[in-house]
Amino acid sequence: MTVEAELSEGRRKEVVRQGISVGVATGLYGVSFGALSVASGLTVLQTQALSLLMFTGGSQFALVGILGAGGSGTSAIATASLLGIRNGLYALQVSQFLGAHGPKRLLAAHLTIDESTAVGIGQQEPRAQRIGFWVTGLAVLIGWNLMTFVGALAGNALGDPKTWGLDAAAAGAFCALLWPRLSTGDGRAAAVLAAFIALLTIPLVPAGIPVILAAVAAVIIGWIAHGRHERGEPGLPGSDPTP
Amino acid sequence: MNTWTTVLVACLFAFLLKFSGYVVPARLLEGPRVSRISALLPAALLSGLIVTQTFAGDAGRIVLDARLAAVAVAGILLWRKANFLVVVGAAAATAALLRLAGWS
Repeated sequence: MTVEAELSEGRRKEVVRQGISVGVATGLYGVSFGALSVASGLTVLQTQALSLLMFTGGSQFALVGILGAGGSGTSAIATASLLGIRNGLYALQVSQFLGAHGPKRLLAAHLTIDESTAVGIGQQEPRAQRIGFWVTGLAVLIGWNLMTFVGALAGNALGDPKTWGLDAAAAGAFCALLWPRLSTGDGRAAAVLAAFIALLTIPLVPAGIPVILAAVAAVIIGWIAHGRHERGEPGLPGSDPTP
Repeated sequence: MNTWTTVLVACLFAFLLKFSGYVVPARLLEGPRVSRISALLPAALLSGLIVTQTFAGDAGRIVLDARLAAVAVAGILLWRKANFLVVVGAAAATAALLRLAGWS
């Protein structure tokens, strides 16, 4: 193992501050998840269990969205799990610098989400990468769970969710989660194709299934993009396969 | 499947997916084609979710209602670089106000 340079105190504080601010900002979204989850018919305890045990926002929104729309448990689990595949790919990257073993590795796995990965791999020094990952992961875990609880209690007190437009809030939340992924040509192509597939299949298959079929768009666009890359043709502007 | 079973099974799968990245040899999943497809998966799934949440009505009917206006407002706000909570709040408010005005 190579000897690692010590991190200066200023640099350490900088990374910690970055992690905590991402944690606070992300944690606030927990309010909307908590409210949407109880609006979809889950109990406060089930809502809290999702934030504590599933702990990956996109999958949580998808699960309660599908259950709330009358979809089956199986299609809800399948969609949530498909959305969670990216965490496994993040873990491949994070494990390169984290060097966690035993119980610490189990906790690291649980904390492997968009934000902790982004802050971790965004640092230059290996020590800063590890600090960034852990601080962000723990800050988001705490903030997300506290605010989920607040949102769930508020959602329960609201009554009929449709009166308050909470069903539309879910679609709005998905738009906000999708938006940064439209910055590449391939991302936009996959999103448009997926939207068409979902729209065409809504009348044909049970609720929840159109979303899974929409995932085929990623396979098609990814396959075409790869072929284009192999032949050395220029891709669309900004079509690098960064996660 | 009851809701608790759904919740707990989904939680278990979510954890196993995260953990797999720590135990699977990296080269197994590092093919350029696989990584391209997996990088596009969230965009495709989220887009599919938006469409179903916006257009799906009872019994597989496609309906145009207050939700579509809410999504349009969300899109405009995102384009104007509004933050997450503003977007979600505005989408809810749009649907709520349209329903209050009598449009389903």
